[in-house]
Amino acid sequence: MAETFQNLLLGFSVALQPSILVYAFVGCLIGTLVGMMPGLGPLAGISLLLPATFGLNPIIAIVLLAGVYYGAMYGGSTTSILMSIPGEAASVMTCVDGYAMTQKGRAGPALAIAAIGSFIAGTLGVVGLMLLAPTLAEFALRFGPPEYTALLLMGLFILAYMSGGSMLKTLAMAAFGLMLGMIGIDVMSGYTRFSFGVVELSDGVGIVPVAVGLFGVGEILLAAGGAEAPKVQQPKLRDLIPSREEFRLSAGPIARGSLLGFLIGIIPGSAHIISSFVSYGIERRISRHPERFGQGAIEGVAGPESANNAAATGAFVPMMALGIPTSPVTAVMIAAIMVHGILPGPMLIQQQPELFWGFVASMYVGNVVLLILNLPMVGLFVNLLRIPYGYLYPCILCFCILGTYSVSNSVVDVWILLAMGGIGYVLRKFRYDLAPVALGLVLAPMIELSLRQSLAMSAGDYGIFLQRPIATTMLALGVVLLLLALKPLVFKGKDWRESVGLEKQ
Amino acid sequence: MIRDSTDTEQKRGGLRTDQFSGLMLLALALYVGWQNRVYPVGTLAEPGPGYLPLLLAIFLGTMGLLIALWGARTTPLAAMKWTEATRAVVILIACGAATLALERIGYRLTVIALLIFFLGVLERKRPLPVALVALGFGFASYYVIGDLLRVPLPRSPWGF
Repeated sequence: MAETFQNLLLGFSVALQPSILVYAFVGCLIGTLVGMMPGLGPLAGISLLLPATFGLNPIIAIVLLAGVYYGAMYGGSTTSILMSIPGEAASVMTCVDGYAMTQKGRAGPALAIAAIGSFIAGTLGVVGLMLLAPTLAEFALRFGPPEYTALLLMGLFILAYMSGGSMLKTLAMAAFGLMLGMIGIDVMSGYTRFSFGVVELSDGVGIVPVAVGLFGVGEILLAAGGAEAPKVQQPKLRDLIPSREEFRLSAGPIARGSLLGFLIGIIPGSAHIISSFVSYGIERRISRHPERFGQGAIEGVAGPESANNAAATGAFVPMMALGIPTSPVTAVMIAAIMVHGILPGPMLIQQQPELFWGFVASMYVGNVVLLILNLPMVGLFVNLLRIPYGYLYPCILCFCILGTYSVSNSVVDVWILLAMGGIGYVLRKFRYDLAPVALGLVLAPMIELSLRQSLAMSAGDYGIFLQRPIATTMLALGVVLLLLALKPLVFKGKDWRESVGLEKQ
Repeated sequence: MIRDSTDTEQKRGGLRTDQFSGLMLLALALYVGWQNRVYPVGTLAEPGPGYLPLLLAIFLGTMGLLIALWGARTTPLAAMKWTEATRAVVILIACGAATLALERIGYRLTVIALLIFFLGVLERKRPLPVALVALGFGFASYYVIGDLLRVPLPRSPWGF
């Protein structure tokens, strides 16, 4: 513990440097604005900002991008509460009671509780990250190729189990993403696969064009031609203070949401989205007055908002400790670190203590910045929502093209962006979850390499996965979850998705 | 799986949304499997470059088939609403044209032309705001991203 605090002091000595403070502030500000804009979620925001971080030092780059991430998580709640428009998917549940509170003239307390809940959950999440990541990294030093293969497969099985939508569709999308990851030169044999004669495809398909295409362009294609900007309430600072009763009612949901969100955040998939749904479901279930939910219950704002912010922090645990992204956002952030020649993984915390602990400390700072930034300035931020969507989406599209092109100055990437936009649009129409595509794309090279190395180690014997205890345990856990996910398909039972308001199968 | 269709829609015959999407995934899997035939699959001891793509094609095909089989009670394909599809296609074509133009006429001119098309033609906004937004965005974004953040962006043959 003493060592942890010593490391944290090192982190604060890095994070409190004026330049890092400025970038943490800028990241939170951009993130808040990005989160508020429908069609620009945290992933698109981070992807678009990625090229701008190439010239920065790695600590500043990751602090900036992390600021955008949790800034966007908060920003999304503002539009949900004031306009019933989720700026990003994790804020969907906040719309239900948040907007009902707005209609009753209680928008201010809803915004304040969302901000306070996000702050507490974010801070507790960082404590969890600080305590868990180094331990996990130390444990992961024992991992060889079979353990990594088992871990990655377990991640995909958990993704299928925890997915908010259809399990079959999630698995299909993960396979589609893994297939996209097969494009390019095979590192073990030198074969160029599925490049169709396009030289740029030899390097593979990048995460940025795929992610921005699926989540940014796809969303715009779905929403383009929609209604003009609705009227927005502009709460004043004095209206923000919640009553004592509202504070009392929110305390439990914030605590439960923080814990639940952090644990779900570590698991692969759209954790921040799932955590908010699960938190809402739990709060409604344990409430003495579940009939208040949907009518403006403050617990319905406090729980999901805390959960999605804690999940955003939890997602950094496997990213930092294992080098494995559990969400498209962390995949892009890994790409941002790798540009600087740093490989996230078990050795990162030992080899780059300034980066890891500086990042952890910057998250404490970022949470304070968000609280200071968001509460007093919410009236100012909502002006952005008055811009008609007809003006907004062309500019967002131009940003998407600009951001994608500038990653590697390649027009081919822009074509991939547009293709993915079209595919994302069609897949969304058919109600497919897109996060597994981006996740599969990033995990594909890791899975392929570790699987082939494992088989080479065992002379083609798949039994190697059953001879090593860690690999066996992880695979067994994954298979159990997969079977549990299959159960409602076969026996027509009720699965966990239904109980929290998500769709089945 | 989605079971949100109304009774009238449920009674309508024809292909269902999940049946259609499942079959499309199956077709994609077959195509990948066919393309994969040129890469050596290798042996279990030494898997070749075609090994994992083949496994994935089989897996995706199976998932597609299961989605199609379990999709009998989803919304009929004919009942799906594509109200925004025309606009979406126009947007994609415009972006495609901009991509072709990007390295030929430079970032600023491309973005200005694209915004004029979106705002003036597609959204039918008044000329003055269209011009202000297009010129403002084109030059301001170039200044911030290209000049301040030093990200190299394509210039026109005329030097701007």
